Formats: sequence, structure tokens, C-alpha cells
Amino acid sequence: MTDTVVSNTPAEAASIPGSDAPERMSWDSGLRRFVTIYLPLALFVIVLLFPFYWMAITAIKPDYEMYDYKKYNPFWVHSPTLHNIRVLLFETNYPRWLMITMGIAVASTFLSVASSVLAAYAIERLRFRGAQHVGLAIYLAYLVPPTILFIPLATLVFQFGLFDSPIALVLTYPTFLIPFCTWLLIGYFKSIPYELEECALIDGASRLQILRRITLPLAVPGLISAGIFAFTLSWNEFIYALAFIQSTEKKTVPVAILTELVTGDVYQWGSLMAGSLLGSVPVALIYSFFVEYYVSSMTGAVKE
Amino acid sequence: MGTAIQAPARDHRFVPAPGGWLTRLFDYKPFLVFLCLLPTVGLLTVFLTYPLGLGIWLSMTDSTIGQAGDFIGLENFQDLWDDPVFWMSVTNTIFYTTVATAGKFALGLWLALLLNNNIPFKAFLRAIVLLPWIVPTVLSAIAWWWIYSPQFSIVSYLLVDVLHLSDRYFDFLGTPWAARCSLIVANVWRGIPFVAITLLAGLQTISPSLYEAALLDGATGWQRFRRITVPLLLPILSVALTLSVLFTFSDFQLVYAITRGGPFNTTHLMATLAFQRAIPGAQLGEGAAIAVSMIPFLIVATLLCFFGVGRRKWQQGEAND
Repeated sequence: MTDTVVSNTPAEAASIPGSDAPERMSWDSGLRRFVTIYLPLALFVIVLLFPFYWMAITAIKPDYEMYDYKKYNPFWVHSPTLHNIRVLLFETNYPRWLMITMGIAVASTFLSVASSVLAAYAIERLRFRGAQHVGLAIYLAYLVPPTILFIPLATLVFQFGLFDSPIALVLTYPTFLIPFCTWLLIGYFKSIPYELEECALIDGASRLQILRRITLPLAVPGLISAGIFAFTLSWNEFIYALAFIQSTEKKTVPVAILTELVTGDVYQWGSLMAGSLLGSVPVALIYSFFVEYYVSSMTGAVKE
Repeated sequence: MGTAIQAPARDHRFVPAPGGWLTRLFDYKPFLVFLCLLPTVGLLTVFLTYPLGLGIWLSMTDSTIGQAGDFIGLENFQDLWDDPVFWMSVTNTIFYTTVATAGKFALGLWLALLLNNNIPFKAFLRAIVLLPWIVPTVLSAIAWWWIYSPQFSIVSYLLVDVLHLSDRYFDFLGTPWAARCSLIVANVWRGIPFVAITLLAGLQTISPSLYEAALLDGATGWQRFRRITVPLLLPILSVALTLSVLFTFSDFQLVYAITRGGPFNTTHLMATLAFQRAIPGAQLGEGAAIAVSMIPFLIVATLLCFFGVGRRKWQQGEAND
């Protein structure tokens, strides 16, 4: 019994639980496995991905196909067109909205990650009295949803003279980015041996030198996690951007699609879908490069 | 700091601090702690703690956009008490949160158990399953809006013209209950990946030897699930549940994008109603009162999920691991 457990490498061990290895040999026929595992899994994948397929296929459909299900099978596109995307890129402010969103996301990510690194370092490594309480307070800040903050924030933004300015978003996004990033980085700093810093201290390094030359380089994966998460969250943010920005040319992509492209009673579904598709591409791209960071930081942050 | 005076040959060692007052200041721990916490605490105080208090104050004034109002006590709350639209938004929010969370966790747990099997392309499946959670909510909500279109709904097409299960197209967003259910389906769709991936991480920490021991003792599949999987999953489940309930309760984007509270204000959540009254309606005070009324619900829901399900202390994860 113990032998079999010991001989499992951690990776193998991780993949086996729940799959009832000994039992499978006795009765698990291929059919049963198909019905209990592969069929539901396939249904899940189809349902979870279908809206994206539908979005993509609508974006490249010509209008006459889009509204005629009798003549054209709606699940396929017979003569794909770039018309919707061309309209979006050349007849609306879409490229500008993309740039604005990108700028806001990058700036607020940078601001949040920089503040979070310092805060997480102070809480986890400088070991001052009350560090636990500061950590708890920041954790609680994560539980305050933006929907109860946007009204007072709107008046605050107005008083600061930042209404209708992207700077308002760069300054307010950190309210939900910093708690998350700090939380993530505290967990990450914990995994770096403190002895490394002690050695440097003995060698006469100053605290800032330690942070810059030892802790930060070792925490790069954690920084990437925090950075991509912050970027995605700011790209997705909606309610602040909706409440604080008024001019058409300063809107972020999610807000602009909903408020600028939805006009009148006839919806331009082709352009709407093309806009949604293009607006999802940056986060999807980043995601595809950093899937492992996403999964580990998401689950890591929850487990913390 | 100090790179300029550092000789390349001694790169692995640190030059002793030059001894200026500035350097000594940076090695003075209380100052360093202050400096490190300053940006975070500053930003969170100005843009989170202060607005939280300001929101409570605003809820007791008759402020409008661009004009600070006068203190009017609890008048806003009294108005809300007599406002059927507000009460409908409260029941909608509770209904939406309860049903959507139940759906997300039931299906998410199922998906996690499926993904925990030995299957080909596991990493790839895990990656694409997360997509609904990654893509901006508003953008996927627009796709759902199109799926729910009364004339060109692909779901109606499938059920009516392909499978012949019904003879007329569904009006997904036209009647109150249909609209509420459609919103819940979209919310569950978006929430499943988060729950599934989180619970999958929890499942993978459960040692297989426990299942083997139970199997030797003759436990059935259900018993193993009930007595091993569920108890060991509870800690991570409680955290995921708390976050999920919190963010579903305060959801705004999905409803705003798909129905905007319609038809006839019957699908408003508290958050969308607060927005509608405060920003397009310009009644900041009244909007703030609605937002403030969410706070007690949020606190109760959070405490229930966290202590009720997890039965653990707040700081356990922080303090010892």
C-alpha cells in the first residue's frame, strides 16, 4: 500500500485522485467512461465556448446571411467578409478607444504593482509590529465591491477636477488592483527563503539594496502574475469607466461598445460582435501566453 | 542605490553603505516601513476608505451631480422603504445571487471533478475552459444579448427549427421571469470557470492514499465523495463561495449590458438601480442610499459563507502556512 503511494511522483499523484485507479481495472469499460466523463466534459466545453464561436462567426458574416436562417445555415459562414471589422476600424473611434484602454490599463497596472510590491515587502519582510493587521486591512479592502464605491468616487473625482479624464480611472482602478496584487505578492514573498536576505544583511547591504538585488529578481514570476492579473482586471473594468468618462473619444472599449455602438432601435450586430471580438483579443493573447501564471495565481490567491 | 560606486569585479558582494544621513535614513526601519506602505495606504485611504464614509454621508443628503446637497437624515431611506422598484431590486438581487451561486457551484464542482480525471489534453482543456472568465464581462454579455435576441436567437433557432421542440421563438428578455432566468444563465456561464479551476486546485491537494484506504474499507463512490472529497474541499470552497457571493451580489455589468434593468425595471439589481438613480438620474443621494443598503446584505452574506461553510478564522491562511 505504502509502496504504491511512495512510488508515485507528485505529478502522477496529483492526476490520479478521484479517478479510482484500482477500481477502473475491474469494471470501468470504455463506454461507461465515455458516458460519465467525456460526454459531460464535451458538453461543458461546447457550452462554455459557444458564445465566443457565435461572436466570431457573426463578426465575419455579411448582413444578408446574418438575418436569414432559412436560406443560410447560421452555424456556418458561407461568404466571410471583413466589412464589419472595416466599419469598426475606419468609421468609428474604435482604434482610439483601444489605445485609451491600453494606456489606462498599463498605467494603473504599473501603479498598482509598484505600490503592492512595496507594501507586500513591508508586511512580509520588514516584520514590524502590526504587520498582520495591515495585511488583514488590505485583504478586507478587496472585499469592498466597486458598485458601492462609484457614487462617492464620482463626487470625489468631480471635486479633484478629474471628471471625464482618463487619469481618474488610473487613480481609482488601484482600489481593487492593489488589494489583489498585495495579497498575491505576500504569498509569493513567503516562498522566498528569508536566509538569503539575512546573508545580504550580514554582507552589509542596505534594505533597499536587498529588495532591489535579491528579493525582486526572485519574485519576478510573482510580479508577472500580479501584472497580468492587474492588466486583465483593468481592461475588464466597467462601472468606473461608465460613470467617470463622458466624452466619446475618451471612453474605454467595453463602455464605448455599449454606449457608442448601440444606437437607435436597429442594432448593428455585425459591428457589435466585431467590436467585442477585437476587445477580447488583447486579454486573450496575454492569457494564452501566461496560462500557467493565471491558474497558479488565481488558485494561489484563493488559497492564501 | 549605490550602483555607481560598485566595482564590477565585486558584483557578488555589497558595498557597505556610504554612511550619509540619507542612507542611514533608508536603513531606519520605521521610516522604511512608512515609505513602503505610503503609496498603498495613501491610495486606498483616499480612493477607498474615504469614499466608503463619503457614501454613507451622501446617502443622508439630497446631493445631485455637481452640487453638494444638504443633510436630510434618513429621508432617502424612508423614500426607498415605500418604493416598490427598490424592493423588487432587493428581491431580484437575492434571487439572482442565490440561484446563480448554486448553479455555479454545482456545475463548477462537476466540471472540476471531470477535469480531475486522467484525460488527454488536460492542460489544454483547463486553459480553454477559463476563457469565459478572462474575457471582459461586458463583451461576452453583448454576445449573450445577441444569443437572446427575440428574432435571431440561435437558441430559438436550434430548438424550434432544428429540433422542433417548440413552435415559436422565445422572448428571452421580453418578460420579467424569462429575463431574470436569462441573466442567471449568463452569470452562471461566466462563473463556472472560476469555481471549477479553484476547486480543481483543491481536489489536487487531496492525497490519493485516502481514497485507496476508503476503497479497502469498502466505501462506495458516493461515500468517498461525501466523506473525503467534500470535507477536504471545504476550506477552499468557503473562500471561493465568499468571493463568488460577494461579486454576484454586487454584479452590475451583466445586467446593465443585457437588459439595463428592463423590461419595466423588473430585472434591476441593487447596483444597477443605484447607478440609474445616481448617474443618469443625477440623484446622487438616492443612489448612494441604495448602494449603502447593500452593505448589510454583503456583510451578512460574507460572514455566513465564510464562517458557516468554512468554520475557520479570518487569519488562518495568513498566519500559518
